[in-house]
Amino acid sequence: MKNLDSKYDVLVVGAGILGAFVSRELSKYDLKVGLIEAHNDVGNGCSGANSAIIHSGYDPAPGTLKAKFNALANPMWDEIADELDIDFTRKGSLTVALYDEQVPLLKELIERSNKNGIPTKLLTPEEVKELEPNISPKVKAALYAPTAGIIDPFNAVVNVIENAVDNGVELLLNNKVLSIKKENDYFIVGTNKNEFKTNIVINCAGVHSDQIAAMIEPIDWKTTPRRGEYFVLDHFLDGFVNHTIFPMPSEKGKGILITPTTSNNYLLGPSSELIDDYDDVSTDKPTLDKVKAQILDMVPSVPLNKVIRVFSGNRPTTTRHDFIIEYAKTDNHFINVAGIESPGFVCAPAIAEYVVKELVNKVCSLIENKNYNPRIRKHIRLNKMGHEEKVEYIKNNPDFGRIICNCERVSLGEIKDALSRNAAPTTVKGIKKRCRAGFGLCQGGFCQSKVVEILADYYNISPLDVLYDDEGSNILLKKIKEGK
Amino acid sequence: MRTVDLVVIGGGSAGMAAALQARKEGIHDILILEKEDSLGGILTQCIHNGFGLTEFKEELTGPEYLQRFVDQVITEKIPYECGAQVLDLSKDKVISYSKDGKFETLKAKAVVMATGCYERSAGAIQTPGDRCSGIITAGAAQKYCNIKGYMVGKRVVILGSGDIGLIMARRLNLEGAKVICVSEIMPYSAGLNRNIQQCLKDYDIPLYLSRSVSRTIGKDRLEKVILSAVDEKMNFIPGTEMEIECDTLVLSVGLIPYISLLNNVDCPTSSTKGAVVNNYMETMIDGIFSCGNCLHVHDVVDFVTDEGRTAGHGAALYLQKRIHKENDIKTIAGNGVSYIVPQFINKNADENITLKLRVRKPLKDQWVMIKSGDNLIQKIYKSAVIPSEMLLINLSKDKLAQITDNLTIQLEDK
Amino acid sequence: MKEFTCIICPRGCSLKVDDNGNVTGNFCPRGKEYAINEITNPKRTITTTIRVKNRKDTVVSVKTTCAVPKGMIFEVMKVINTLSVNAPTRIGDVVLENILDTGANIVITKNID
Repeated sequence: MKNLDSKYDVLVVGAGILGAFVSRELSKYDLKVGLIEAHNDVGNGCSGANSAIIHSGYDPAPGTLKAKFNALANPMWDEIADELDIDFTRKGSLTVALYDEQVPLLKELIERSNKNGIPTKLLTPEEVKELEPNISPKVKAALYAPTAGIIDPFNAVVNVIENAVDNGVELLLNNKVLSIKKENDYFIVGTNKNEFKTNIVINCAGVHSDQIAAMIEPIDWKTTPRRGEYFVLDHFLDGFVNHTIFPMPSEKGKGILITPTTSNNYLLGPSSELIDDYDDVSTDKPTLDKVKAQILDMVPSVPLNKVIRVFSGNRPTTTRHDFIIEYAKTDNHFINVAGIESPGFVCAPAIAEYVVKELVNKVCSLIENKNYNPRIRKHIRLNKMGHEEKVEYIKNNPDFGRIICNCERVSLGEIKDALSRNAAPTTVKGIKKRCRAGFGLCQGGFCQSKVVEILADYYNISPLDVLYDDEGSNILLKKIKEGK
Repeated sequence: MRTVDLVVIGGGSAGMAAALQARKEGIHDILILEKEDSLGGILTQCIHNGFGLTEFKEELTGPEYLQRFVDQVITEKIPYECGAQVLDLSKDKVISYSKDGKFETLKAKAVVMATGCYERSAGAIQTPGDRCSGIITAGAAQKYCNIKGYMVGKRVVILGSGDIGLIMARRLNLEGAKVICVSEIMPYSAGLNRNIQQCLKDYDIPLYLSRSVSRTIGKDRLEKVILSAVDEKMNFIPGTEMEIECDTLVLSVGLIPYISLLNNVDCPTSSTKGAVVNNYMETMIDGIFSCGNCLHVHDVVDFVTDEGRTAGHGAALYLQKRIHKENDIKTIAGNGVSYIVPQFINKNADENITLKLRVRKPLKDQWVMIKSGDNLIQKIYKSAVIPSEMLLINLSKDKLAQITDNLTIQLEDK
Repeated sequence: MKEFTCIICPRGCSLKVDDNGNVTGNFCPRGKEYAINEITNPKRTITTTIRVKNRKDTVVSVKTTCAVPKGMIFEVMKVINTLSVNAPTRIGDVVLENILDTGANIVITKNID
């Protein structure tokens, strides 16, 4: 048991994109902040398994928190991406009407975007085909939203938390919160490993946020995980689609989209099914078949033989159907940030600002942290260097010439750099998320054993103890040939 | 920029054979670029025997077979660099590669691609269920076991009956794992008959045909798989589920030519997923040749070596400006044939040509008919043909002279 | 009558041996020899690995120089698993002679520098 005596000013529960931005926002002030995470890495829930879109914000119903924060947050991302070295491009999005009866709906969406204050434009079929030559020839019209963007969701979470930790936040991994009790004027947060004292709790626990909220009082809302299944296509042709292409939205959400990713792959999905098990991120054939059929309707020539991966993530939908960002009913030192489903990723920095400046501020005095640095150490990007620069850099940093992952061209130098940072990876998946080793065509067939070796060497452990993902996900089960 | 006459990308069986043949035909300025720390390619981890029966008339293990070529490369003083990953190849044969402490761009006059193949992954076949630890390709399991001395599992199900899957069934069983079964989605095995015998039957490991994994179950590590029978359209048949407790699912579900380097050169590819080539193994990109498993996946390394030599020969002719550039005869996979390599033949090649092909499904008593237009050039009787066994057809110079039109190879019942 | 697949070469002939020991289905004489052995005393060559003591996480491949009785495979494996070597290794280096009196030596099949 550690930290029992030292008391936190704020404990943030959940190291997804919300917990990341909230703790970074808190690190701007002289506070003792802890970021508690049940898993052994950050961004392992919904934040790492979504469409990776910085939505423009035209779509949420006007007047909702979703509409408010999306409009506020979208413009923030240029600066964030620059400060935190996150891959981000404003590709723009197209919401396409394929059938005549959808065209009037598109006009309603334009009105909605005007109400939300988001720039959009109605495009003719010819204009759509010009922008997207591979779109279905039956396209009738489209709504163009130029401010929509694509982002690397893995490094977004990692880099925000790296920066928060650089600025003094304590990252408390492998701590699953089991109980929260109020004692005198502070909370005791009990995990599977420790007990932590804190003045303020901020609940950013994603699909588990209702369970955390219910630890201190009865609540009148519930999280109902809504699973989304996706396909990932390998790199095959830059510009096969140039924008994030949505179908017409429905009550189930924004629908099944196709989008380029920041890594020059293409992402197809998500499906939308309510499930019971909060942690069930399996995929199934009938659902994926539906995703396929809908994409083929929009983009008939999509090469499905380029699929390299399927995955799913669970959106934290709540019974309130809007974001929940408020004090607990019985205690204003407990703040719920729940139900942050799509467009939650884009909204995270604006929500974090609101939570800290409007909610935390009222119950705790905020004194500026003079040492706060909004930037992280820049990543080395060999593919952005000129030839001579590259020759010179690799000469001086030999590990950057040693390629570990052939498919995604990831060098030993990049992996060692990730290991040397705050919020460092400890697992094969952790390396994969940060450096892309194993994300490509062979899905780690060639490089996984090398990554296992690098992790074993770095942490000075046996390869048997190297994990793929969570506790219990060991890759190797037995050493053979022990000799005499 | 340094200029090299011939750069061979990949120092495995195909690449070494190509380099050695080119050297034999008078090419001195050669460089082999190998991404791993030693020459040899995938045979480094194929410690089982059965290699070299055609090449050396004896049965060797993979490492023994490859060492004979490494020795020749060293004797011939052919330059090679290991740990050298080629990152870029352009149409005009400018190659960038990277290794420990070095990044270099050089200009090759000719290039032989010998980059091997990769294994189809769980993601690619979209295995339904949980994506937990314990689902691994056979080659990756082989590397852990045969190079590092670690076992990937204790209770193993193998999906796919390709040769590596069968070899790994025996291998893991021999090292103390319980190999519960091999499951194959097709109604016949994708592996060689002798491997069914010596890897499965010898150890009483059942082979289930027309059955595949309909669900993987496990939170962190695999806990069980569900095997279901499939119909002719490969759809799972409800009610046929078998639940098997296991910690590991080893995948042997196909090998695919690894040619992402060719993405930037607009190189036409064929149904083998490798490049389209002519009888010199020259791709449709001038001076870029391809051979071995990056051209089409072989079942016997001896044929890889042979194909490497053909590519090395072609590259030598190209560099000596003696290559015939007309690809005037097209080879067409007719009834029952899934592919033919090469896809083009030069009529004036003036040398014997070997055509390699695979059949679509197992058949008995077949004539392999080789026709030029309507003219029957040759017919060969086969008592049995199976997709896992590549057929080699030698076209002699005389036969070549009779060819006037595109060449179709098809199967006919006897 | 016994039926099995010949494992001598990739051709994999379907062999039949009748009660009088007559072999059919073989493409070459080696198949006949294999078939007769398979009936009387089936044998297999074992290929496996042993630990390299002076290299981290490394094993080296070995084989039996001739086939050993099929029924003894796991006994032979038990003995092989106790063996180890130091690098460098050379193909053909004998690690153990006449394992379990089978007449087979255990030899290295890979060069490790």
